Amino acid sequence: MGLYATLQVIWWLLLGVLLMCLAVMVGMDMGVGAILRYVGRTDLERRVALNIIGPHWEGNQVWFVLGGGAIFAAFPLLYATAFSGFYVVMLLLLWTMIMRPLGFEYRSQIERPAWRNAWDWVLFVSGAVPMLIFGAAFGNLFRGVPFHFQWDLTSFYTGSFLGLLNPFALLAGVLALSLAAMMGALMVMNGAEGALLQRARGVVQAAAGVAIVLFAAGGLWVHAMPGYRLIGSPGPGLPQTPLEQSVVTVPGAWLTNFGAYPLLWLVPLAGFAGMVGAWLAARAGRSHLGWWLGALAWIGVIGTAGAALFPFMLPSSTDPSMSLTLWNASSSKDTLLWMAGFAAVFVPLIMWYTSWAFWVMRGKVSAEKITRGDEHAY
Amino acid sequence: MINGTVVDLSRVQFAATALYHFLFVPLTLGLAFLLAAMETVYVTTGKPIYKQMAQFWGKLFMINFALGVATGLTMEFQFGTNWSFYSGFIGDIFGAPLAIEGLMAFFMESTFVGLMVFGWERLSKGQHLAVTWLVAFAANLSALWILVANSFMQDPAGATFDPFTMRMQLTSFRKLIFSPDAQSKFVHTSIAGYVTAAVFVTGVSAFYLLRKRHIPLAKRSLRMAVLFGVLATIGVITLGDALGFVAGRVQPTKLAAMEGLWKSESAPMPFNLIAFPSQREQKDYDAVQVPDLLSLLVTHSLGGTVLGVDALERRAQRRIEQGIPAVQALHVLARDPTNAAALAQFDAHRRDLGYGFLLQRYAPNLSQATAAQVRAAARDTIPFVAAVFWSFRVMVGLGLLMLAFFVLAALYSLRDVVQNKRWFLRAAVWMIPVPFLANECGWLVAELGRQPWTVFDVLPTWMSASTHSVAYMVFSLIGFLGLYSIFIVIELYLLVRAIRHGPAEPGGSGAPQGGHAPLAGGAVPAAAYGNKAEG
Ligand code: HDD
Ligand code: HEM
Ligand code: HEM
Repeated sequence: MGLYATLQVIWWLLLGVLLMCLAVMVGMDMGVGAILRYVGRTDLERRVALNIIGPHWEGNQVWFVLGGGAIFAAFPLLYATAFSGFYVVMLLLLWTMIMRPLGFEYRSQIERPAWRNAWDWVLFVSGAVPMLIFGAAFGNLFRGVPFHFQWDLTSFYTGSFLGLLNPFALLAGVLALSLAAMMGALMVMNGAEGALLQRARGVVQAAAGVAIVLFAAGGLWVHAMPGYRLIGSPGPGLPQTPLEQSVVTVPGAWLTNFGAYPLLWLVPLAGFAGMVGAWLAARAGRSHLGWWLGALAWIGVIGTAGAALFPFMLPSSTDPSMSLTLWNASSSKDTLLWMAGFAAVFVPLIMWYTSWAFWVMRGKVSAEKITRGDEHAY
Repeated sequence: MINGTVVDLSRVQFAATALYHFLFVPLTLGLAFLLAAMETVYVTTGKPIYKQMAQFWGKLFMINFALGVATGLTMEFQFGTNWSFYSGFIGDIFGAPLAIEGLMAFFMESTFVGLMVFGWERLSKGQHLAVTWLVAFAANLSALWILVANSFMQDPAGATFDPFTMRMQLTSFRKLIFSPDAQSKFVHTSIAGYVTAAVFVTGVSAFYLLRKRHIPLAKRSLRMAVLFGVLATIGVITLGDALGFVAGRVQPTKLAAMEGLWKSESAPMPFNLIAFPSQREQKDYDAVQVPDLLSLLVTHSLGGTVLGVDALERRAQRRIEQGIPAVQALHVLARDPTNAAALAQFDAHRRDLGYGFLLQRYAPNLSQATAAQVRAAARDTIPFVAAVFWSFRVMVGLGLLMLAFFVLAALYSLRDVVQNKRWFLRAAVWMIPVPFLANECGWLVAELGRQPWTVFDVLPTWMSASTHSVAYMVFSLIGFLGLYSIFIVIELYLLVRAIRHGPAEPGGSGAPQGGHAPLAGGAVPAAAYGNKAEG
């Protein structure tokens, strides 16, 4: 494999890592928002839950920002085609996401119950809706998205908004939401005590159960679904546009990679192991361990999707031959190389100081300290 | 072909959301440094009042920061959602600084801002100070990278168009980051942020002095802000001059629009202090001129000349004619990449490809383009002069006003008489919106002056937009306007409320709840900060 093709694969993997970090870290904060009204029955309980992720949600959210930036830099045509094609869905995602910072920062500024209640609803919506959309977007990749290109690579999206809300996409959306709720609840278990902790434990178990069922159902569904197969292309590592390849759809083709490399079955297995493990750990009250197992569940789920779709990034349902793959959607060699250099330096650095921030703020959030006004901002 | 209404609506939406984002950005950039400076004084002298200052201004900082982050999220994705062709066309270059901004700056800024707010108890004094400095540093680093991206659109250096992948590709990463436009733009814009924060802190402190509240804190904050402000205003004006110099070299159409210069004249050229440019008649009404000044300002010599609109249109016309064969060759290459004749034709005319694209708006079939269509496209290369001209004058005028304001404030503050000059304090409160307005005007100059290009001389705006329906664009525009209007009302309400409550006074009445952290329950005026301040 030449340097260019290697870089393309590296960036495909890095994008996977970014999406996993996004799902784990942002998903956890969104999960807390989504379950806030259920696990926290009093204002004080809700403030405890919010203060648990309070010091971290802002940094975590940057995984989302970086996800956008990295797709732009490494796969510009994917950035251009997917985000414009999913226009209305993207708007829903953005509109709900931009309420979240205000929910965190402004909620506890004023004591009036109506004010706080309104922001609690905002936190619910801005936690649940983006995770549903995030999952549904993945679901649609399996179904193919109706778009095509003109000779100069102007892209046209010919589907409707409702087309993106098909049953398989919804399944994937609910799967993502349940994993997020599970991670959020595990995080609450980490930092809370008493009734709050007990309710969070219940959420972990329920959410893990739902996730296990949906992940299994999705796997069965994909067996029967038409998948995409690349039958002719200039090949990896050669500059190309999506107008130069041929692609066919074949039932069950999304399992081709698993057939060719049976070791890949370990990836979905890791997903199941993570979910079951998180369920057991929550029952045993080992929420730290449960959190890491929950992260493993996300890695398994996103890894499974990636392994099935490879080398496709955005399959086209109107003209499969115009599907985006990592070979035809990536940036040039120079850009990939420069960006790989930056990522090699900064991703470890980010992980290091993020861990430090979690370590500094470790331990339980005490309700008593919140009422006294020490230590906690939200 | 893209519907013209969709392009216009996309422009309105991008402009509205970017201008809105930039309401919050400058204060973040500047206030972060002031917070770090205050905390530094606290750590080195141990005087609790400086901690009280850092925490009080920190609280206002966070109210502003929340909206900066929220509106930035929109920006990050809007290139893809609304400028899809543009994103595919230059993503190879433009995406890189955006991603690096995330890797290098946003992560640092956002991770440490959490510790800055929540970490007063958990970190040692020195650690907390380091965290605050990192936030300030990272905010400015993020400005650097986004402005590198923006400068590429103003002066596309370090990239070339590749006819086989149909996009611009990176040729020199070094040229991309070290473009002179990016350098001066970064310094001008970030210092504009320092000016903004200085005026803000001065204004709010003046409000307390007027009300005779929190006098020690207000006097100290005011003095720090004013000294910071004098330096920053001088900096912003010096660098603004450098920017004009760069614009003259790489974007002569923008410069002509900034100066309302319709006809090329011989040196030394007069400067239009005031004028009412008419785009249709290509002349200025009621011009008030200062002799020789334009040559001096723009070329830094009396002998320099600046091209007027007439000469620029003639030049554009020639380039459009040269661009036609480039686009035609590209059509052939798209069908048959091995066609050597087409490639040779393309290479001979590639420099003017963008001008060929520009003509396609008027003549979709280039082989039948008429002279009138070429002339129309050439006219199109001149931005909307009146808007650029006036935005520029408002920005510069407000800059000079702020310089005068800060010089006066510094005199009063150093002689310790500022609390007696009530007219001045009142004026200081009224000055608060001024830097925000200057910032917005600056961006209008920069972005309107770049029209009709998204990437100067390379990619016309009319081609750049996504192929949405008008209905989609109306829907999204209404959504953004609605949400953003609600947001600004809430933010202003909280900001004014926090200012009215004022900082916590040491030894004042107890704080039932809310906490000493800068964000803590605003309902509580609270000694919360003060009680712990020595901790
Ligand atoms: C000169 C400065 C500057 C300019 C021109 C822009 N920004 Fe900005 N941006 C900042 C300076 C900044 C900042 C000071 O770093 C902010 C403001 C408040 C904040 O939290 O960080 C920020 C926040 C911010 C965020 C949230 C970061 C986070 O989660 O921490 C994003 C995603 C963007 N911006 C993206 C953009 C994009 C895509 C822009 C281009 C149109 C843009 N910004 C223009
Ligand atoms: C936050 C500061 C900014 C402000 C206030 C701002 C303002 C504007 C305005 C007013 C327009 C509309 C011009 C017109 O349509 O006539 C515009 C367009 C645009 N700007 Fe900026 N801009 C900012 C930063 C940036 C940056 C940093 C970039 C790129 C990195 C950028 C990229 C664009 C693009 C792609 C368009 C659309 C094409 C166009 O209509 O010109 N802007 N911006
Ligand atoms: C008083 C003298 C000033 C001069 C001569 C000046 C000059 C300029 C010029 C020429 C540009 C356009 C750059 C380009 O796109 O080529 C610009 C942009 C800008 N100005 Fe100023 N400016 C001055 C004061 C200010 C002040 C006081 C502020 C705000 C507090 C400000 C904020 C901005 C911003 C935010 C931009 C857009 C970003 C950029 O292009 O750097 N300027 N200025």
